[in-house]
Parts: sequence; C-alpha cells; structure tokens
Amino acid sequence: MKLSKIREILQAEVLVGEGLLDSIEVDAGYASDLMSDVLAFASPGVLLLTGLTNIQIFRTAQMLDLQTIIFVRGKMPGEDLLQLAREVEMPILVSAMSMFEAAGRLYTGGLSPRAISRN
Amino acid sequence: MSSPYVESYAVDGTELVSIGEASTKIKSVLKMLGIPSDLIRRAAVVAYEAEMNLVIHGGGGEMELEVWPECIKISAVDTGPGIPDIGKAMTEGFSTAPEKIREMGFGAGMGLPNIKRNSDGFELLSEVGKGTTLRSEILLQKT
Ligand SMILES: Nc1ncnc2c1ncn2[C@@H]1O[C@H](COP(=O)(O)OP(=O)(O)OP(=O)(O)O)[C@@H](O)[C@H]1O
Ligand SMILES: [Mg+2]
Repeated sequence: MKLSKIREILQAEVLVGEGLLDSIEVDAGYASDLMSDVLAFASPGVLLLTGLTNIQIFRTAQMLDLQTIIFVRGKMPGEDLLQLAREVEMPILVSAMSMFEAAGRLYTGGLSPRAISRN
Repeated sequence: MSSPYVESYAVDGTELVSIGEASTKIKSVLKMLGIPSDLIRRAAVVAYEAEMNLVIHGGGGEMELEVWPECIKISAVDTGPGIPDIGKAMTEGFSTAPEKIREMGFGAGMGLPNIKRNSDGFELLSEVGKGTTLRSEILLQKT
C-alpha cells in the first residue's frame, strides 16, 4: 500500500517526507509503545505506529530499517527528531486517532501484520 | 589471515539523547563495507541494545567494532557497577531500569536476550564494582 493511501486512511498530517508518499510502498505494520518489544519483534520494512515521541523512537526505527513512523493520539515529536528523519528521508506522520483505531483501520484497509519472529 | 577493520567509539554515560549515535556509525560503516543487509540489521540491533545498556546501566564506556573476513565483532565495555547475577540479567523480563527509562519505552528486560538471539557468539563478563564487558560475534560466512 502506498504511504499516500495510508495517510488518507489515518487522516494524517505529514511532518517529514511529503514528496515521498507516492514512492514508498508498505505492506505490514507494527504497533507498540514498548521499544524493547519493537527491537525484539518488528521486521524490516514495516511501518511503526506509536504514541511515544522521544528521539529514541527514531533511532529504534532507523536501526531496524523501518520505513515510516506514524505517531498516534496526535502526539507531536520534537524538532530534533524531525531533523534526524529529514537527514535520512524517513517519512514521519501524525494522526489524531488512537493506536487501536489507527491499527484497526490500516488492517481493514489491507495492511497485514507480520508473523512475530524472534529473528 | 588478513587484519580486521577496527573502529572504536566513546559512549557518554550522561546524555540519554545521544544513545544510538555510536550504533548509527557502526551501521553506516557496515553498509560502506558492503555487508549483507540482514547481517547489518542483526549487528545494528546488537550494537543499539548494547549501547543502551552501556549508558543506562553502565554509566558510559567504550564500544568497538571489528570486521573480519569471516565475522563481525561488537563489544561494549564499561567500568560501572557491574552485574551481581548474570543468569538473572539474561532472563527476559528482568530489569533494574529506572522509571525515566521506562517512560521512554525501554527497560522491559529484553535487551540482553535480544542481543544473544541476534549473535552467533555471545559473552557477558561482569564484576560488581568493577564493570561489565559484552562481546558479540556475527558470522559473515556460515560454515
Ligand atoms: N552494562 C551493564 N552494567 C550493569 N548492569 C547491566 C548492564 N547491562 C545490563 N545490566 C543489568 O541487566 C538487566 C537486564 O538488561 P537488559 O538489557 O536485558 O534489560 P533492560 O536494559 O533493563 O531493558 P531493555 O533492554 O528491554 O530496555 C538490566 O536491567 C541491568 O540490571
Ligand atoms: Mg537493555
């Protein structure tokens, strides 16, 4: 699914990567506020839904080659995070929806979970 | 046997916001050396979890990357408080991370087991009051 479609489903605002939305395809997602879990379970290429906005969220996503971060519950990351994301062209979106609603809408819209693999 | 590519990184134990800077460098060196992406990813997870522990629990220290023709070695060395019970520390779910770390989304006691899972070779040495040394090895060519 194109990121532009995901943005539409989540009625999301684009904070970084407006110009990339039509060129990035995502087919799976992982939703969590626990980065310890993200590091253990998320597969490469997924999009991350989270309600935490500290800079380590970006670093975690970058280490794992995640495609995109979507902040839920309208949580706004700081400029320091956005700056790092701009440098590596990782799209950053924010949606006012809850984590449950955002994940549910993306799932219904065709995004799949990845089987949890312990690497 | 040819000599390895070696780089070391000083990791500041006081700056939570800079956790991940050393790992980011390690990741880009491995990319530059043309290491396959699945192995880079495993090395990046090892480095990042180790760097986090270095800052959060070890009070900072030094990380080192060695790239040999047959393997990647990553180490994290600190002179912090040490680990009283390694068996316990290796147990998933065991954590002494402070509240402010949990608020950031970490401190679930998953890091060490995750490092081990992503490593082909793993060693954790620690002495209370002296410090901790973690070594991980990832094979480049499976034999
Ligand atoms: N370098 C270190 N120095 C002292 N204690 C350590 C060190 N590394 C790990 N520990 C101890 O081992 C415990 C388990 O570490 P582990 O990385 O598995 O979990 P965590 O860091 O607490 O949480 P998470 O990694 O999920 O964010 C830590 O809570 C800490 O008590
Ligand atoms: Mg840890």
